[in-house]
Amino acid sequence: MNARPPAGSARDAVLARIRAANSGVAAPAVPRDYRRTPTVSGEPLLELFVDRLVDYKATVRTCAPGDLSSTLVDICREWTIVVPPSSGLTVPGAVADDGLSHTQLDEIDAVLTGCAAACAETGTIALDAGPDQGRRAITLIPDRHVCVVRADQVVHTVPELLARLDPARPLTFISGPSATSDIELHRVEGVHGPRTLIVVLVA
Amino acid sequence: MRVALFVTCLADAMFPDVGRATVTVLERLGVEVAFPPGQTCCGQMHVNTGYQRQALALVRNHVEAFEPFDHVVAPSGSCVGSVRHQHAMVARNAGDAALAERAQAVAAKTYELSEFLVDVLKREDVGAAYPHRVTYHPTCHSLRMLRVDDKPLRLLRQVRGLDLVELPDAEQCCGFGGTFAVKNADTSTAMLADKMRNVLSTRAEAVCAGDSSCLMHIGGGLSRLRTGVRPVHLAEILASDS
Amino acid sequence: MTQTFLGMPHAPAGVGHLHGDRPFPAAARDALADTQLRRNLGHATATIRAKRAAVVGELEDWEDLRRAGEALKAYTMANLDELLLQLETAVTARGGIVHWARDATEANQIVVDLVRATGTDEVVKVKSMATAEIGLNEALADAGIAAVETDLAELIVQLGHDLPSHILVPAIHRNRAEIREIFLREMPDADPSLTDEPRQLAMAARAHLRAKFLSAKVAISGANFGIAETGTITVVESEGNGRMCLTLPDTLITVMGIEKVVPTWTDLEVFLQLLPRSSTGERMNPYTSTWSGVTPGDGPQTFHLVLVDNGRTAVLADPAGRSALHCIRCSACLNVCPVYERAGGHAYGSVYPGPIGAVLTPQLTGAATSLPYASSLCGACFDACPVRIDIPSMLVHLRSTQPHPVIERASFGAVAWTMGSARRFRFGEQLLRLGRLIARRGRIRRLPPPLSAWTDARDLPAPPAQTFRDWWAAR
Repeated sequence: MNARPPAGSARDAVLARIRAANSGVAAPAVPRDYRRTPTVSGEPLLELFVDRLVDYKATVRTCAPGDLSSTLVDICREWTIVVPPSSGLTVPGAVADDGLSHTQLDEIDAVLTGCAAACAETGTIALDAGPDQGRRAITLIPDRHVCVVRADQVVHTVPELLARLDPARPLTFISGPSATSDIELHRVEGVHGPRTLIVVLVA
Repeated sequence: MRVALFVTCLADAMFPDVGRATVTVLERLGVEVAFPPGQTCCGQMHVNTGYQRQALALVRNHVEAFEPFDHVVAPSGSCVGSVRHQHAMVARNAGDAALAERAQAVAAKTYELSEFLVDVLKREDVGAAYPHRVTYHPTCHSLRMLRVDDKPLRLLRQVRGLDLVELPDAEQCCGFGGTFAVKNADTSTAMLADKMRNVLSTRAEAVCAGDSSCLMHIGGGLSRLRTGVRPVHLAEILASDS
Repeated sequence: MTQTFLGMPHAPAGVGHLHGDRPFPAAARDALADTQLRRNLGHATATIRAKRAAVVGELEDWEDLRRAGEALKAYTMANLDELLLQLETAVTARGGIVHWARDATEANQIVVDLVRATGTDEVVKVKSMATAEIGLNEALADAGIAAVETDLAELIVQLGHDLPSHILVPAIHRNRAEIREIFLREMPDADPSLTDEPRQLAMAARAHLRAKFLSAKVAISGANFGIAETGTITVVESEGNGRMCLTLPDTLITVMGIEKVVPTWTDLEVFLQLLPRSSTGERMNPYTSTWSGVTPGDGPQTFHLVLVDNGRTAVLADPAGRSALHCIRCSACLNVCPVYERAGGHAYGSVYPGPIGAVLTPQLTGAATSLPYASSLCGACFDACPVRIDIPSMLVHLRSTQPHPVIERASFGAVAWTMGSARRFRFGEQLLRLGRLIARRGRIRRLPPPLSAWTDARDLPAPPAQTFRDWWAAR
């Protein structure tokens, strides 16, 4: 299945056209004068992150590291919960994902995960399918996503966020619950992805 | 300071008052104005309609007419935009590198009226009086090609007696666009209708702009509908002292 | 100015949605008379313009990002062959399969064959400009394969047997009441008590598509970016339909224009800031998915990447037009365009409407068209473009490559000759004064064609008794 494709004539033809079109064209240098380092840190950084999350209709709970377990229990107590198989984050009664089918996942109320990194300026959480996040399907099909973000995972800018991530892993960037503006540019939160996003910020 | 007036073909043939007003303002500020008689048209309409080759003679004529002067001033953002952003390109595309260089040199000393008054003469109060309610439409080329920014407004704010009212959606095109107004007359008219609606909503007596062409378009619509709102060029307001 | 690039074929006619069948002015005339369309478009474009302006204004380094984006795209085009090969190697190394297509017909055939090989007769689709451009849905239908559009706006268009009219919001021409009617008529599972409240309509779409997502075997997507260095494909979306298609099926087929390649993972930091703010007017769109080949145990286990030319190399071969390939399909230029706002997307006769469509479509097809004239050259598109494509200059360039009507050409020649010397020009001015004879009370109300196009809606002032030049000479 993964054998090398035949180097057919289309490939050669397209490459030849590109080379002909590019003859004598020089590549410019790329100026990178935009911000690539943080200008905000500490408490103001986390405040910015919360502000942006709330602006895009995520629910935010902040708690101290020692209160995380009780906070999660409090948030999740009325729901059936799925967690990644080897996650350090869980609540009593949670189902560990052992290859649940799509239909089974569709029956579950909520998913509880950590994240790989987060960006304050855009209110974005990045998942990289790590041990506390699991495969992509479990954070997609259940209608609620409870995501734990540690303060040290929050960066200021988009360039810092990408620098923390490994593109070899399947990544999902989440900025608020799913949304659409397809009807008269009127924003509706909650379409196909989880309609509720609850971020637990541990600081 | 010897300054050449580039009156533009449209003002020369159709709106001589705009040319006269430009002379009045400049002379009031102590500028010695010359009118190079060899000038005709910048050729923008040709370039923008797809006749670049035919525009070459006009570019050459323009360069020869204005080369000898220190400064060139025109009461048009659009024509200055053409001189700055198209003349050298037309010459280059025609393979005339020498003309392109000369065109670039003329472009570097060519100014739209509000630019010349504010940037070169450093004047915002030009001693004008115009006791009327006026709204200002920033023309697309002065705004986005020349980036004159708020210079015309700074000049207007210093005019005695002028009641300047803000135009809603001011930065939207009036729909003129040269031959666009004829080739896509329906779309152009739709744009004009919205511009007129905004002008009328200000209850101004006059709509001011820095381009005779856009004013001819907006004014033509306002006249057709007997709105009683008149078009007035920025130069005409600045030249007025009654 | 007209250049022919031998060996650089354009997008073929007869397949896909690039070749409109009516001139822009005629199509626009009908659209302008549609009062509902005018209202829908005016409301939608004003809303999105305000959102964009707000989030762009938040970034002090916006102009630096635009310059970086512009240069990155120019760099990419200059190294396109090597970057595509690098992308192919990286995707292949990570278990993906790369296909190349010279044009729409070839791309469609590749995808049809791939879907057939899976044995399924239904695929779910993520909104994709490339697949709309090549007419993939029609090719699949011809092969007996149903393509289900899952983006809400694309679903509205598909169920309405309609054509998209906007790059980002394909159903921008429809209002909530029209959408409700389409849903009630075309969705067998729609609740008859459905109102036109956008939330209810969105929920109806969710319910309608849920089962399709959970059971789909094959998904087809486009790509916003394909990173050469890592073989990472990126899809930027809002609703989660993209995530559903990219995650749940067994097989994923991504159709990507060859110009969508980005050199490195780091370069994505520029585009992930430029694109959302320019397109939906958000700091970041709700969901962005990236994947590199196949990940065992997570997501589709078979991944095909189809790289499509379809006229792109012909665009690349035009020095004055190649930067049209820099477009990241944000649609900011549509939203600020006064012509688009009034005429709407269908008038352009192409999946790429608006200012970028007016330059990209003629270049991809190589066909004579009125599209480059569908602009007042107001320049708003350049200011809004996140990668600084100089669309107005390109429109001017394309106008010089189009065939001109004989009478127009003769007139412009005569005017240029007259304007070529001050003596002839002065004579012309004297002739113009004859216009005073047809003026009444200082204005001209009717002129013969083609100038009647002006006087149909506007007066023309009477020429003055004395030109400026004569006044100056007499002073």
